[in-house]
Amino acid sequence: MASADEQRPGIRPRATLGRRLDLAARHAFPASLTVLLMLLTQAPFGVVDQTTLLPTVALISVWFWSVYRPGAMSPPVVFGIGLLLDLLDWLPFGTGVVTLLLVHGLALRWRRFLGRQGFILVWMAFAAIAAGAAALEWLAMAVLTWRLVPLGPAIFQAALSVALYPALAIIFARAHRSIANPERA
Amino acid sequence: MIHLSIPARQALAKLTLPVLIAASFGLMLLGKADALLADRARVAFADALAPIYAALAAPLGAIRAGIADTTGLWDLRADNTALRSQNQELRRWQAIALALDAENRRLKAELHWIPAPAPSYVTARVVADAGGVYAKAVLVSVGPDHSIRRGEIALDGDGLVGRVTEVGSRSARILLITDLNSRIPVVLQGSGARAILVGTNGPYPRLMYWPEGSPPREGEHVVTGAESDAFPGNLPVGTVHYTSARVPEVVPEAQLDRLEIVRIFNYGLTGILDPEAARPVAYRSH
Repeated sequence: MASADEQRPGIRPRATLGRRLDLAARHAFPASLTVLLMLLTQAPFGVVDQTTLLPTVALISVWFWSVYRPGAMSPPVVFGIGLLLDLLDWLPFGTGVVTLLLVHGLALRWRRFLGRQGFILVWMAFAAIAAGAAALEWLAMAVLTWRLVPLGPAIFQAALSVALYPALAIIFARAHRSIANPERA
Repeated sequence: MIHLSIPARQALAKLTLPVLIAASFGLMLLGKADALLADRARVAFADALAPIYAALAAPLGAIRAGIADTTGLWDLRADNTALRSQNQELRRWQAIALALDAENRRLKAELHWIPAPAPSYVTARVVADAGGVYAKAVLVSVGPDHSIRRGEIALDGDGLVGRVTEVGSRSARILLITDLNSRIPVVLQGSGARAILVGTNGPYPRLMYWPEGSPPREGEHVVTGAESDAFPGNLPVGTVHYTSARVPEVVPEAQLDRLEIVRIFNYGLTGILDPEAARPVAYRSH
């Protein structure tokens, strides 16, 4: 990341240790926040259907940062988040990883178009993604455990993702402009 | 760091995503081929997290209790009258129960009844939901030198909760009776008929395989059956309730959606084989 920065011409402050730490922290912010939120959804709050929050939060995070800051949400990071999702969610191994990587890939492909659109359109695109992700996880679950899994939780998961997106997107967008912004380092 | 030309680096960057997607399919196969590996990884992970969640449980519980208290203030009067009438009813039942207990003891003494050994148990705090979207399970936090084993039985204050399926060094996972994979031998208390309680991932598990001629009746009490040597008999499970589609379900006695503390009993039963122990035998038999 530093090498890409050095190739651009211009005057920039000296790369002191503090500045480098600052840059690294800003770079690591999206992934760290995602992991923290995922672990937090497992805490004993006693909310009904709390387990559905975990895949929801992971999906929203990966989608948002892949669209707006893919540099900080690279494929290996997404792979790690997917692995964490599989471990915490007791999904068949690999299911969460595949889903999140595909979401990441689609976000990268659409981001040039989505970046120029308003919030509503990005939200609508996310709704399609959420439905697809829930369907994919349901299918993987059914195939890998070889039984008919009830469809209700998958529908609920997709609906919750769509409903929660604006709330999380506001927080993420604030962070995107302030503490996660490498240009402010 | 290795210095690569810009086109080479770009090509490498483009390759990362497909390679990782392929790797995740490999992970799927690995998880399918060796389910124990995945389970061990999960248990190790749960072990690391359980103490953190256990530390969080006390303050979060206090907050929840505080909220419940303030909302409870609103209907204090109504609660009081309801409790008074309930108390009267319970006193009547207490008298009946005491009389029956005395009679039962007398009859047992006359029959030279051998009492069942008292099971040992540990009490553990539920620290997290360990189910995910497609399973119903909880994670309990236990001390580092616990003696919990797979197949032990978890109860809360009211009834059967589930069975221990994974044990780590600081945590244990309990599969609830509502989980899709849960099958529990039960006895319908009214008719004495046996049946199987099948989890559906919904809040109410379903009754199946009752003998012809003695269908479960609405409101009938359901207790565990001892026949498969996996459960002791007569643990309270719930009451029968028919859905609008005439499917008999059981409303669990245990507060499965807000479990805080469970007791894990060791009845010394061996009806369920440990899958890790059973596996090599299954391979040898072919």
